[in-house]
Amino acid sequence: MSTLKLARRMAAAASVAALFATGALAADQPRQGGTLVVGQYQAPRHLNGAVQSGLATGLPSTQLFASLLRYDDKWNPQPYLATSWAWSADGKALTVKLRPDAFFHDGQPITSEDVAFSIMAIKANHPFQTMFSAVEGVDTPDPHTAVIRLSRPHPALLIALSPALAPIMPKHIYGDGQDLKAHPRNSQGVVGSGPFKFKEFVPGKEVVLERFDKYFLKGKPYLDKLVYQINPDSTTLLIGLERGDIQMLPFMTDPTQLRRAAKDKHIVSLEKGYEGVGALSWLAINTARKPFDDVRVRQAIAYALDKNFIIKVLNAGFAKPSDGPIVNSSPYAAKDLTIYKVDLKKSAQLLDEAGLKPDADGTRFKMTIDYMPGMESLSKNVAEYARAQLKKVGVAVELRASADLPSWSKRIAAHDFDMTTDNVWNWGDPVIGVHRTYLSTNIRPIIWTNTQSYSNKRVDELLEQAAVEMDVEKRKALYAEFERIVTHDVPLIYLAQMPFHTLVSDKVGNPPDSIWGPLSPLDDVYLK
Amino acid sequence: MLRYILKRLAYAVILLLAVITLNFLLIHISPGDPVETIAGSMGGMSEDLRAQLREQFGLDKPFIVQLGIYLGRVVQGDLGQSYFFNAPVATLIWERVPATLLLVVVSVLLAFLIGTFMGALAARKPNGPLSQVVTFLSLVGYSAPVFWTGIVLIILFASVFPIFPVSDMRTAGSDSGGLADMLDVLHHLVLPAFALAFIYVAQYSRLARASMMEALSADYIRTARAKGLSETVVLYKHALRNAVLPVVTMLGLQFGNVLAGAILVETVFNWPGLGRLAFDSVLRRDYPTMLGILLFASLLVVVMNQLTDLAYRIIDPRIKA
Repeated sequence: MSTLKLARRMAAAASVAALFATGALAADQPRQGGTLVVGQYQAPRHLNGAVQSGLATGLPSTQLFASLLRYDDKWNPQPYLATSWAWSADGKALTVKLRPDAFFHDGQPITSEDVAFSIMAIKANHPFQTMFSAVEGVDTPDPHTAVIRLSRPHPALLIALSPALAPIMPKHIYGDGQDLKAHPRNSQGVVGSGPFKFKEFVPGKEVVLERFDKYFLKGKPYLDKLVYQINPDSTTLLIGLERGDIQMLPFMTDPTQLRRAAKDKHIVSLEKGYEGVGALSWLAINTARKPFDDVRVRQAIAYALDKNFIIKVLNAGFAKPSDGPIVNSSPYAAKDLTIYKVDLKKSAQLLDEAGLKPDADGTRFKMTIDYMPGMESLSKNVAEYARAQLKKVGVAVELRASADLPSWSKRIAAHDFDMTTDNVWNWGDPVIGVHRTYLSTNIRPIIWTNTQSYSNKRVDELLEQAAVEMDVEKRKALYAEFERIVTHDVPLIYLAQMPFHTLVSDKVGNPPDSIWGPLSPLDDVYLK
Repeated sequence: MLRYILKRLAYAVILLLAVITLNFLLIHISPGDPVETIAGSMGGMSEDLRAQLREQFGLDKPFIVQLGIYLGRVVQGDLGQSYFFNAPVATLIWERVPATLLLVVVSVLLAFLIGTFMGALAARKPNGPLSQVVTFLSLVGYSAPVFWTGIVLIILFASVFPIFPVSDMRTAGSDSGGLADMLDVLHHLVLPAFALAFIYVAQYSRLARASMMEALSADYIRTARAKGLSETVVLYKHALRNAVLPVVTMLGLQFGNVLAGAILVETVFNWPGLGRLAFDSVLRRDYPTMLGILLFASLLVVVMNQLTDLAYRIIDPRIKA
């Protein structure tokens, strides 16, 4: 071959190689810049997750505030503000080392003083009392070491240090003596430690955040701007996503909308990301009322319902089954639980045994079913389905609608119900979101406590022991026994996991898929 | 004159106090309370917190005492703090007034201009095809619920033919100012303004048509035509000016209705105005915000009624007393 031809060939090959190289690089490297618009259908009261739980505040708060730990998609804690952590031998102290190069949005360094302040403030103000009730105090031997001292072993502590549950706030701003729950800096001039800093909050309308250039993870976040657009109508949000006005829609759950999104080529539907919140949907039975104090009656109701129908038809297959009090994906979810496969004959038989014979019309007894307003596929539709099924075994059901959520909450809080649909979240560790439903000490006139008046001494014992058991295998065994008992006692008929999905535009890279999903920092997310 | 104004003022104040008391009563009668709402938004709450909030909001006091405290504050100009947002009610309202005023004023203007014009045109041939069309459209526009109209407009012009935005007042996260921002807002305003205007176009066009027909049959019109004035001048300078009076009355008196319609339109289009805030506040049992908005709306209606009276006097010099 002539030299010229060879040279040309080599040049061509080199340029092709170069093209591939840059192409490959471009594919690997997240692009810097851009604005991500996230739609949310619940309006946050303010932006400080230290004193407010729930997804509405959690979505923006986890961007504004960092926490000691963050989690991957396999329930493993990862370093965040903490570089390392270690339990003491007796499990009553957790020593945490902080990274020295972290700053708040106002330029002040993040130190152990801020960690101590934040944890004690959350203990005093957060609605989930069980997260830090075991914390006696936080010692600060040096600016980058914090020792969390406990009154008893508290294995749930690690997951309680997640972004959604334990944001680290600057003491010099939030520790000024004002009531933290109503602190003006919760809504305006919010100063945090997370990848995005506060730009604007218009209550009920939107939250605008900007990239924090001095974020301690260099090069991140990739996005310049993050906007949370608030619109109570999720259908409108979906149309916005289809048009490209919005790029991410977390916590979407309506089967009609999910079906529609599944058909759209430009929308990616993520099921992952909700293992942490562990949102369970169930029918709660008031065991303080006759005849529901008889376990046979409760089991009979459970046998009358076909969960497959509820999942495959009412929820178009988008919901995952739930058979017990702990979400399937949790390390503590047990097997061999009592499953109530639909069996109308068995249901009728159990009611006979309980002494509830049918009268001349065939009716054994009357009851009401309440249902939560909203999220109809696991609420109103389930109640209507239950009514139809229970009629077949001689139970006459009247449905009770509530005008809105506060009306429904008031009824349930007052224990004024026979049976109601409900959805309650696990929140990472059973201690945080599960115990409250089953402990006999938690029978209170407040929504999302043990409003079912369920009381089982062995369950109380097991839960108390599991709360302080540091050995993972032993803890799993304790919870397994707990799960077997409650699925036998069935104060709650477990239906499904809420079919939460995150809908993202295909232009979004690295959408959140850890166990906390959108309730974790979006510092990896970029726009293609 | 002064006595007249003072008398009117006194009436207005009494009316407003009555409105506040009635609203207070209605809100407190509804089941559920703000603490339940907050507990709901939190996914649970401790008993201590619940007691604390109830005390903070004054919900543990008897009804009359609560009303008294509230009235006392209002008279001093303090509208209180929103239970839900922990922000001053006055600030929340003030932030949203421009959006609602923009929507309402533009809608009313649109309805007035289009309605009157169509009605006037139709009046020239009372049984002609244009007249029939106007009547038909009026019936449709009047009968259709405003939220239905809004949703249909969204489906047609934001989804099927995506020429207008689906919701909100601005493009999310946009920083633009000045002209670009104004154009963005106008672009977002089109569908909600038309949705709200549609009902009133219907009414005004019917009214204008009837009123115009009556005006056209008057003697002075015959004189004007006899004078040799062009038809355009006859119609628009003479007849229309008289025909417009009933429409203006309607406009002023209906202002309350338009505000109510604005609540529905704002909810459908997620327009960040007072109507939307009012709707959300009821659902959240956010008593202070709800009462603040109702007070503001009542004030507005009272003022509008006065302005209508004034406008009437200006347009028709015959009206004195």
